[in-house]
Amino acid sequence: MSELILPRRRLIARAGGLVAAAGALPLLSGCDAINEAPAVRKILTMGEEMNRASQRVLMDRDALAREFTRADLSPTFRSNGTKLPPGAAYAAHAASGFADWRVKVTGLVARPLSLSLADIRAMPQRTQITRHDCVEGWSAIGQWTGPQLRRILAAAGVKDSARYIVFRCADRIGDALYYESCDMVDALHPQTIMAWALNNAVLPIANGAPLRLRIERQLGYKHAKYLTNIEAVASLDAIGAGKGGYWEDRIDYEWYAGI
Amino acid sequence: MAKAETPVAPSEGASPIRVYRHRLPARIWHWVNALTLLILLMSGLMIFNAHPRLYWGQYGANPDYAWLAVGSTPKTGFVRIGETRIETTGVLGRWTDAEGVEQTWAFPGWATIPTTYSLADGRRWHLLFAWVLAISLTLYMLWSLLCGHLKRDLYVRRAEWAPRHIWRDVKDHARLRFPKGAAAARYHILQKLSYIGVIFVLLPLMIATGLTMSPGMNASAPWLLDLFGGRQSARSIHFLAAWALVAFFVVHLAMVLLAGPVNEVRSMITGWFRLPPEPSAGR
Repeated sequence: MSELILPRRRLIARAGGLVAAAGALPLLSGCDAINEAPAVRKILTMGEEMNRASQRVLMDRDALAREFTRADLSPTFRSNGTKLPPGAAYAAHAASGFADWRVKVTGLVARPLSLSLADIRAMPQRTQITRHDCVEGWSAIGQWTGPQLRRILAAAGVKDSARYIVFRCADRIGDALYYESCDMVDALHPQTIMAWALNNAVLPIANGAPLRLRIERQLGYKHAKYLTNIEAVASLDAIGAGKGGYWEDRIDYEWYAGI
Repeated sequence: MAKAETPVAPSEGASPIRVYRHRLPARIWHWVNALTLLILLMSGLMIFNAHPRLYWGQYGANPDYAWLAVGSTPKTGFVRIGETRIETTGVLGRWTDAEGVEQTWAFPGWATIPTTYSLADGRRWHLLFAWVLAISLTLYMLWSLLCGHLKRDLYVRRAEWAPRHIWRDVKDHARLRFPKGAAAARYHILQKLSYIGVIFVLLPLMIATGLTMSPGMNASAPWLLDLFGGRQSARSIHFLAAWALVAFFVVHLAMVLLAGPVNEVRSMITGWFRLPPEPSAGR
């Protein structure tokens, strides 16, 4: 960031004589310097910790996100992030209707699994009409169908030592494949499902075909799309840069996105 | 400090009468709150920049009708409210940053925290200082209630509700005629109503509509969604109430400047207020 700040400092020096104008500019870059100071970054993360702790402590851990009716559906369900994963491998899967797609369940489990879409669809299904909230501020209501994640984790025999579930995806953004994670409270929540259908139709590619996560009490970037791997882990330290998700590691989005 | 009487400092000769007008908790809250609201406003505008469109109802995204939108054309910036479009080139939608680069974010860098686009950082500042706002407001409300501030300074007496009384206060303000002498030590009706409006209506509304945008909160307190008519309605109300607070601040600042900025600001720092002398002849 230093190359961005330097010209601004020079500008301030130039504006030094102008007492009136001097108010605004140093104040602005002063604010940015405060924003970037390591000690301040540490304090700022306290807000996330307070939000996570208070929501976990004060709220019913199994409280359900509101479920709507078909009359409440967004006329158009907006997609966001990756609209089409790049690469020939994904294109081949899409061309074959994801017939050979596999989702692996690995990590701290007694019985690692490799599930086809047919396996996923053969499990007991949950259908829910819920609101999707993007971190940017917009919301869309859609109907999702898929098995509960907790059934899949139970089938794999997730171990007691597992504290987080990591989701790995087929969409590469810049330098890495997308990934996200959640704690066991959200992983085992009844509305946390592996959705393969949106609004009674097969999940469109822009919305994460063939499988995406629905984690209804958190913001959109937690809802990993194009799922390839579900991994139970004891710690997030070894995942990416250690903050538990693609955007968390790159631009400091909160890992706990319940607010 | 639960005395009913306003303590008055001994005054000698012609020096003005000084009264202890603002107690320490009120002064501390005033300045903590001022800084907190500034940070919340500027970081809130950054968050708004991520999606500068507002909706009514449970959902709302780009394909849906926005009652307010900030946008840009290749040459201009604009705000659209309903069907009315206002050109805002240079300020909203299209503006030039400190490096001379044209930007098309809704609110300009001088109005946001941080000054360059970062939704993540805007949220970090906003969601931390939301706690400061909520905790300090709660403490201040409790203190006001328990230590007599509410009863002594903010309580609106029956006679003050009389339309004639309110109208006279409106006229006095319009003529910039401020109370003198002992009357200046007390809040008048418009002041009481605006402070009560901010402390007990606007700030709690900001907190409640803010919480209504939290998907976690929605699960455990779904009544909030019913109260405000949906997450997107809550977001719109949050935005409007923020500007109501800005409007309060503008009037508040104007009144301080007109009533004697040094005396007013000093009284909010030290607590001691110098009573403007009564005119010797009738006005």
